Amino acid sequence: MATADAAAHEPVVVEESTATRILRTLGKAPIHAFLVIVGLFWLVPAFGLFLTSLLAPADFNQGGWWQVFSEPGLLTLSNYQNLLENDAMRSAFWTTVQIAVLGTAIPIFVAATAGYAFAWLEFPGRDWWFIGVIAMLVVPLQMALIPMFRFYNNIGIFDSVLGIALFHTAFGLPFAIFLLRNFFIGIPKELLEAARIDGASEVRIFLRLILPLGLPAIASLAIFQFLWTWNDLLVALTFGRETQPLTVAIFSQLRQFGANIDLIASASFVSLAIPLIVFFAFQRYFVQGLLAGSVK
Amino acid sequence: MTSQGQEVTQAPPPEEAPAGGGTPGAWRKYALAAGFLAPAAFFLLVWIVYPTVMTVIRSFYDRPGDSFVGLANYETLFTEERLLTAIRNSALWIFIVPALVTAIGLIFAVLTERVRWAVAFKTAVFMPMAISAFAAGVLWRIMYIQDPERGALNAGISAVRDVVRTPGPLTTATPSTEDLTGDVQQGFELDQDVSPGDTALLGLTAIRAPEIPEDAEQAVRPEAMQGGITGVVWRDFSPGGESEPGRIDEGELGLPGVVVELRDEGGGVVERTEAAADGTFAFEDVDDGTYRLAVGANTFYQPFGGVSWLGPRLVTPSIMIAYIWIWAGFAMVIIAAGLAAISREVLEAARTDGATEWQVFRRITVPMLAPVLTVVFITMLINVIKVFDIVLAIAPGSAVNQANVIALAMWREGFSGVNDFGVASAVAVFLFLLVIPILAINIRRFRREV
Repeated sequence: MATADAAAHEPVVVEESTATRILRTLGKAPIHAFLVIVGLFWLVPAFGLFLTSLLAPADFNQGGWWQVFSEPGLLTLSNYQNLLENDAMRSAFWTTVQIAVLGTAIPIFVAATAGYAFAWLEFPGRDWWFIGVIAMLVVPLQMALIPMFRFYNNIGIFDSVLGIALFHTAFGLPFAIFLLRNFFIGIPKELLEAARIDGASEVRIFLRLILPLGLPAIASLAIFQFLWTWNDLLVALTFGRETQPLTVAIFSQLRQFGANIDLIASASFVSLAIPLIVFFAFQRYFVQGLLAGSVK
Repeated sequence: MTSQGQEVTQAPPPEEAPAGGGTPGAWRKYALAAGFLAPAAFFLLVWIVYPTVMTVIRSFYDRPGDSFVGLANYETLFTEERLLTAIRNSALWIFIVPALVTAIGLIFAVLTERVRWAVAFKTAVFMPMAISAFAAGVLWRIMYIQDPERGALNAGISAVRDVVRTPGPLTTATPSTEDLTGDVQQGFELDQDVSPGDTALLGLTAIRAPEIPEDAEQAVRPEAMQGGITGVVWRDFSPGGESEPGRIDEGELGLPGVVVELRDEGGGVVERTEAAADGTFAFEDVDDGTYRLAVGANTFYQPFGGVSWLGPRLVTPSIMIAYIWIWAGFAMVIIAAGLAAISREVLEAARTDGATEWQVFRRITVPMLAPVLTVVFITMLINVIKVFDIVLAIAPGSAVNQANVIALAMWREGFSGVNDFGVASAVAVFLFLLVIPILAINIRRFRREV
């Protein structure tokens, strides 16, 4: 109310800016409080899984993961020890690594050559073909499951790491080509023309000029593709039986959720820790790829 | 689209060839492009184009795939109850989730814009993007456990609720005499007027043995009190002992913790007290007049049993919350990038002109962000139509039918138990049809750009 009095004596503009400043300072407190609460809401589930994985199942069933705050002595690595001794889970981990590495490396090479062609090589109907690729961006995986299920059985790559990785390659390609083409097209034309005048072949230009210059985009793509293949459930569930990555192995434990909580929690934490490490290590590329993929 | 690979590896039509078309140089150029495109064309043709066509064809054939059945599989899709549930749920997802994710992303992006620790907040909210929808489902399933002792969400609700509605010592009881009337919801009221100086007996029976408080002692009849009302609440029954209703017998225990209410004639509560270990209670210094005594309903407040998040009724909203938890960070980051691109001068000019923060937000920020908001919304629309893993991870076996969505229904029809490739193909085609309008929008956007 003091400011209202002041308004009578002072110029209006000054009074307003003072009031606004006070309001802004006061007004920020609820915003901070809100953001803190929301931030906690976002952290609690992952944190809860982590603590659950560090509790013996009997202790977890007695009082939830938050009891470690009052009794830190309950924390134990025994679930992880059991996980290490579990053959199925160990092999699931390696299967996941193989699928993710193959499913990331192959599409990068395939998409890089195609992206270069779409960006810098001349051929008839180039933009139309590219529109075809964009169209394939939204084709749901489900459209391919049934025919490929039979096809894989016929050619003998059903239930194999290769079969799953190739499926990821194909369905990762539209986005990969889209991303790389858009990045390659931004490389200065003069660089390419200079190289061509110098007599460099297209293959040489691609290997020596485009790939090194395109490294940031390739890094983004690698992270996306890695996360996608590492995190997949649907493809592996459909095209694998014995070949089980972590997600599928955990899924098969879910039916006895209460009884297997120790295995489920520790395996899930391993399954999400790797992507989180990749994410934090390469956050910049991840965000760049996201922006290039959706805003551009 | 279907003939992309062949087309690319073939000779180009002369009229489309650039200057010098038809010369050996141009041919070499095209062959080179074809070489660069061949691996991608192979993958896209074999894994996307070919199966897409095959799935459409397969959807018109019966379960073994021998005979053409026309639209019968599509009829199943729109008549079978479990598939209709999936369609209804997917409709809910489509109408609710993309809009909500976009709105939440916008709110977060705007609120964090001028907060110093925004990076920490953004990292926390964005982090779920890295982990699999399946793992996210598992960790939310742990959050959603119904038992408040183990499920964090219900534990939180329980902590808040117990402050408002402290659980009583008993869950159930019945009066031992007809003088007491009522039920556990209303409390039991003594059917006679009491005045200061009186003593009342409130006998209860049919109490479950484990609920009898550990500190209960032999019930005693309290002394009358000058200007006060006294009484006893006791278990008017002793196992194996001699027991007459309405009389305090040897072996009958007081009921400590039971809430006794002193009510006025209108039924309003004047005062409350709790019974002592021997069951006695006293209201001191009561004004003259007639009152009623009652065993209060809060004696029987049940402890919180936990919301059944993953029961048939709430399972879909629960999964949606987990899904929003995953994707809000995506929306926030994209929108924040758009926000950063808005010219500061325009906003500052509006503020100098006296616009309130809300007006700036509503009239300038949102309209200028419209293209970015559209991108986020459409991306989320595609994602939501394809939602699959998280439903499988969160919904317990008993609620999968109620939580079903189209993408999951396709897999369940084809690969889990039912194994009907005909119906599954029809579901897949339906899913595809849903994304085609979005595909058209994407292509329009691209062509505008070119």
